[in-house]
Amino acid sequence: MDATVKSTTMSRKKKQKIIKAITYISLIILSLLVLIPFFWMISSSLKADNQVFTIPIDWIPDEPRWSNFSVIWQQIPLLTFFKNTIFLSVVITFIQVLTSSFAAYGFSKMQFKGRNTLFLAYIGTIAVPWQAYMIPQFIMMREFHLTDTLWSLVLLQAFSAFGVFLMRQYYMSIPEELSESARIDGLSEYGIYFRIILPLSKPAITTLAVLTFVNTWNDYMGPFIYLSSTEVKTIQLGLRMFVTLYDAQYALIMAASLVSIIPITIVFLFAQRYIIEGIATTGMKG
Amino acid sequence: MSNINTESSTRLVLAKKRKRRNNLVAWSFILPNFAGFFIFTLIPVIASFILAFMKWDAFSAPEFTGLDNFNKMIHDQVFWKSLWNTIYYTVGTVPLTLVLSLGLALLLNKKIRGISTFRAAIFFPYITSLVAVAVVWNMLFHPELGIINEFLRFIGVDNPPGWTSSSKWAMPAIIIVSVWRGMGYYMVLYLAGLQSIPKELYEAAEIDGANTWHKFRNVTLPMLTPTTFLVLIMLTISCFKVFDLVQVMTMGGPGGATNVLVYEIFNEGFVKYNFGYASAISLVLFLLVLGVTIIQFRIQEKKIDY
Repeated sequence: MDATVKSTTMSRKKKQKIIKAITYISLIILSLLVLIPFFWMISSSLKADNQVFTIPIDWIPDEPRWSNFSVIWQQIPLLTFFKNTIFLSVVITFIQVLTSSFAAYGFSKMQFKGRNTLFLAYIGTIAVPWQAYMIPQFIMMREFHLTDTLWSLVLLQAFSAFGVFLMRQYYMSIPEELSESARIDGLSEYGIYFRIILPLSKPAITTLAVLTFVNTWNDYMGPFIYLSSTEVKTIQLGLRMFVTLYDAQYALIMAASLVSIIPITIVFLFAQRYIIEGIATTGMKG
Repeated sequence: MSNINTESSTRLVLAKKRKRRNNLVAWSFILPNFAGFFIFTLIPVIASFILAFMKWDAFSAPEFTGLDNFNKMIHDQVFWKSLWNTIYYTVGTVPLTLVLSLGLALLLNKKIRGISTFRAAIFFPYITSLVAVAVVWNMLFHPELGIINEFLRFIGVDNPPGWTSSSKWAMPAIIIVSVWRGMGYYMVLYLAGLQSIPKELYEAAEIDGANTWHKFRNVTLPMLTPTTFLVLIMLTISCFKVFDLVQVMTMGGPGGATNVLVYEIFNEGFVKYNFGYASAISLVLFLLVLGVTIIQFRIQEKKIDY
């Protein structure tokens, strides 16, 4: 009796172990399958152009050509492209977070005439696809003589309604009593914002900052329409240019592609939680 | 008596003053964002409606032409083709992404060690820049040398498709990349939906003797209806707006086979400088998106969650 109980618990334990192993193995295979294009990208970036398409695939090249990664910096002004992209991502994120959180305070914690109408205008434009009004926007920028400058994209993307919406959602969840009691204590609205609401909204601010940064870094269509000179191009446009110019240099194209996604990969590794939470609660724009 | 009167009137004046001051303070919070939003978003949105009824190109001054643009559109084969291609892309992408993201969410909705790493792996394609991703896929899809066709030949397909160089297969190729890239994003939404289902429901179902399939069919699926609905709406709208993937993978070709609506707006507006006509096509895009949004609000009013 004792022995049979022992053996059934043993076999159940064993069974659970096997199920666990199968689960892990299938999850690993699944992840690897989804990531195959990236493995192929890494592998090809270390080959010679004529080795990229050899069959069977040589996943780990015998003599990795690390030189590919130095050659690409000389063939196109990658450094300039990186600088431009960093400039856009940082400046747009900064202005977006600052003005959105400020405006969201006005919309969520203060009463004033026309507040709801104004907020409706914000919400309404979120529903309008950017592609539907990009033409008048472009004509306007041309009148301001700002096309083909980085500032055109800053002005277009730094004041998005999405940021205000996201921050307002968060501020609405902060109990009204907090700001009310601060008001009774004689704190001004600016004081309440800077001393109470802002410190409380760190998670929302981080989410908005990360989402804006990633969106700006990866943006293609905006820069594609506005930026035509090489000196102002972003990394996405630069990579596209590289592919057009050196369409048969497969290994170099892969090296440049790989370099272009490294910064966002690092951001993702560190800020994964905020990105995924941000999506689960609001859905990313785009 | 008069004393009380003056007191209340001064109080009224004070209250009014405070209100005005309050208004000013509120505006000072909103203005930095609103100024930019007003000039660079609100005005262009309104202008795009006006522009749709104008003729404005690189050679002549803008003039009102009433419904001329829409008349032209009705007879424009390229426009109809682009509308058809957009629908083709949407119908191909939406169901596939929906089913795969739900399947992935079910698989990855486990409380085991390292699960977040697996989730991150599936999500990763979405966060990487589209150009890099499209460039790799273009090579994988290479008709003669790419590993996809190499694999197809290996399993016995004698004439594998020409993918991006064939007018018949270019759109399926774009759809495949789009599904691969988007499924991790919608998986995250589904995971959030799955985690909001109360555990008691499953326990109750188990007591009633439900097996895994029954539980999925009668608990999970109905409880996920609001999520599925949200995913459906977001996916459809994002499909209507597709541009980047098409631009990088096929540039609308071959022979206009992947020329979608936004690509057509881009062509008319920024290549041919037909600002008026391009805005008229933009209006069609807007109406499509608006239609989906209205459906969303209608159904949400009825409250579909159980």
